Amino acid sequence: MSDEPQQRPTRPIDVRSVGREHVRVDGRAKVTGTAPYAVEHDLGELLGRELPLLHLWLVTSRIAKGRIESVDASRALAHPGVVHVVDHTNAPRLQGDDEPELLVLQTPRVSFRNEIVAVVAAESLEAAREGAALVDVTYAEEPFSAELTDSTPTYKPDSVNPSMPTDTEEGDVDAAIAAAEVLVEETYRTPFEHNNPMEPHAAMAVWEDDPGGGSRLTMYDSTQGVHGVRSAFAPMLGLEPEQVRVLAPNVGGGFGSKGVPHAPEMAVALTARALPGRAVKLAVTRQQMFSLTGYRTATFSHFRLGADDEGRLQALEHRVVEQTSRLKEYAEQTASPTRMMYAGPNRRTSHRLAMLDVAVPSWMRAPGEMPGAYAQEVAIDDLAVRCGLDPVTLRERNEPEIDPDTGKPFHDRRLVECLRRGAERFGWADRPSEPRSRQEGEWWVGTGVAASSYPMMAMPGNTCRVEALHGGRLAVSIGAVDIGTGAWTVLTQIAADALGCPTEAVVLRIGDSDLPSASVAGGSSGTSSWGSAIVAAAQAFREEHGEAPEVGAVTTAAAEENPEKERYAMHSFGAVFAEARVHRWTGEVRVPRLLGVYSVGRVVNPTTARSQLLGGLTMGLSAALFEEGWRDPRFGHTVTQDLATYHVAAHADVQRLEAEWLDEADTVATPMGSRGIGEIGIVGSPAAVVNAVFHATGVRVRDLPVTPDKLVGQL
Amino acid sequence: MPTVSFRVDGVDHTLDVDVRTTVLDLLRERLGNTAPKKGCDHGQCGSCTVLLDGRRHLTCLALAVSYDGAEVVTAAGLGEGHADGLHPVADAFLRNDAFQCGYCTPGQVCSAVGMLDELREGHPSHVTEDLDAEVDPDDDELRERMSGNLCRCGAYVGILAAVRECVASGGEA
Repeated sequence: MSDEPQQRPTRPIDVRSVGREHVRVDGRAKVTGTAPYAVEHDLGELLGRELPLLHLWLVTSRIAKGRIESVDASRALAHPGVVHVVDHTNAPRLQGDDEPELLVLQTPRVSFRNEIVAVVAAESLEAAREGAALVDVTYAEEPFSAELTDSTPTYKPDSVNPSMPTDTEEGDVDAAIAAAEVLVEETYRTPFEHNNPMEPHAAMAVWEDDPGGGSRLTMYDSTQGVHGVRSAFAPMLGLEPEQVRVLAPNVGGGFGSKGVPHAPEMAVALTARALPGRAVKLAVTRQQMFSLTGYRTATFSHFRLGADDEGRLQALEHRVVEQTSRLKEYAEQTASPTRMMYAGPNRRTSHRLAMLDVAVPSWMRAPGEMPGAYAQEVAIDDLAVRCGLDPVTLRERNEPEIDPDTGKPFHDRRLVECLRRGAERFGWADRPSEPRSRQEGEWWVGTGVAASSYPMMAMPGNTCRVEALHGGRLAVSIGAVDIGTGAWTVLTQIAADALGCPTEAVVLRIGDSDLPSASVAGGSSGTSSWGSAIVAAAQAFREEHGEAPEVGAVTTAAAEENPEKERYAMHSFGAVFAEARVHRWTGEVRVPRLLGVYSVGRVVNPTTARSQLLGGLTMGLSAALFEEGWRDPRFGHTVTQDLATYHVAAHADVQRLEAEWLDEADTVATPMGSRGIGEIGIVGSPAAVVNAVFHATGVRVRDLPVTPDKLVGQL
Repeated sequence: MPTVSFRVDGVDHTLDVDVRTTVLDLLRERLGNTAPKKGCDHGQCGSCTVLLDGRRHLTCLALAVSYDGAEVVTAAGLGEGHADGLHPVADAFLRNDAFQCGYCTPGQVCSAVGMLDELREGHPSHVTEDLDAEVDPDDDELRERMSGNLCRCGAYVGILAAVRECVASGGEA
């Protein structure tokens, strides 16, 4: 950027648009289908020149581990329309070895089944697909391990995602467990889960060599972070960051799977480099997404809870066993909620990984928090039953005074208010204390509750530029990405309030790595991180240029790191209430009511926020009842690799769903008063459903999802 | 290569196609109409839904050569002739925030338009109790009838509100 960003403190903004309903600014384009996604753009139009277009199709490995002995592309190249086949023998070389997942087509080594082994470029989609089927690859297969069981060998990683300690220990857990009057000792399991955004991972790129030296890669990518892709790709391709431009004006969902670039995007960049001057585009097939775009590891949570006879926790132990891939380590931070949620003087958490010859796991909405809170919140329900206590009361009784993990005071921990408000709204007081007490026709009916939390996160590395345009309008630029969250809309609202102008005067520019640097749309940190930079730049702009700036007046600024971050433990909280109906003959589970009450700081836009929270609840419901990736250990791949066999909640699965939030503003967290809302909805909701199923039937299922086979015969 | 004709959003096209080309790929790759989306290419997600000869249809499962002469209306063409160029169903989706990322949305909107027609014509669904009586378009009916269109963002609550509103206003399409 031409102007050096200044780091500056921010003041809380005076809210006018923020906090009010605002229809999505990109809404009309979305409902008419005219908003272009990654491979729907015209790179030639962007660059102002005619570019021939080629379609790509991936060839993936038929073995789980071994070496490629030969790649014979002759039949593919003979197919009409096929132009080129890239494989490890002819692919451009990549530099560095920090990102093994992105080192595609560099060696004959195969590390998991369905790994990319070749890319076919053709003049039509049909020819590319047929060409891919005609590439003959032979392999020397090696023994492999792809099954996660209780006896799979594990190791201790150096840290867990993103950089948390692997293990924690406080007090004497074993002594406290031995002395406990009430004990829960159970294992809770979550399955392999796949993000499955509706827009597949897709990218379109062109590599151009400047005759005067120097090259440039321009890429439309379906990503949650344009600068993240640029900073990962540039050094590997031997380019400076300025030589790479990544654009993502519209992204069809991500849920973490587009948070870091994956192998297919590099395959596109590499093929573009092999075919300079031609635009190449690839949309990963739905089937390939199950192997190439990340997924959530299965988790086994071994829990021990020890309490006195009034339900006060004396000991919490959460030992996690989960899986990573041999190609790249990813350690889900599954025990993290156990470290901070409840009081208790003795606590031990640990994570152990099985390293398998499988596809690379990665972020999926609320990594760690979702499976960990599932286990903890069902364990707490188990404890409530064993103590003969109402589960809301039990949670209230175990409220910590300070954060047990860091020892810092919580800022605005309002979990109990969420629980009480939810209980009141849900009619919790009328709930029979005994399970299996209500039958309506052929259905057992019950209710359950779970708590949720999500850490307040703000990322460094965000800069915003404000520039005065003609007609009193103000351009606000930052390389943020809207993956469906509403960023286009809420950042416009934040900018308008920070500048003290109407939203109509703001010209927001996002989704382009040529704009000032922005962090990923992930960790529920987008609005906090980008918004703080926007506020910093807007406040600096007004100080420098006043209320009537000259056209062309420009200010670039970044927000200083929030000093309060060191003083407090900052989290959002929530309480989820579910009603479950279980059919006594078939075991079918229906959820007629699901309510979440949240404390998330100020809600920037109730329209988009409600949608985010309901969307999280929906994904949690889906995880509770349906989602399960089945891996065949004999071959190492996911068998359920489509939307028919990997069922995600459909419309008829979702009944009355409600979300509300406490009226609050957390200006200690951010100058907007907001704390982030993207992930907390999926935390707690699966446990609430499972606890409701127990209350309905008296049958405790501890392994997600609660499919009828786990209930039928016991009803 | 065989020659086929399609009328898409009111415009006639005649072109040579590869026999392997689906209606979806014809629309997206040959005619540059990317309102119908490719979410799964297997008829499992509904993102590619358009109105084909007046009925909602999955274009990823339809070979172009099988539909020579068809009339296709996509989400981009639905607004033709409506006030402000926005179809009432699309408008209801917008006002009820019946979407997040927008990728499944053009298919949802087309599906809702087709579904409202089916309701008017008295078609029963899997959850219709009485096949002889007039269909009561309650929430269960609407949810069932919209279940061919997946929304991973989980905007079903908004979608239901939008569709319910269209039913209440007579399903004017």
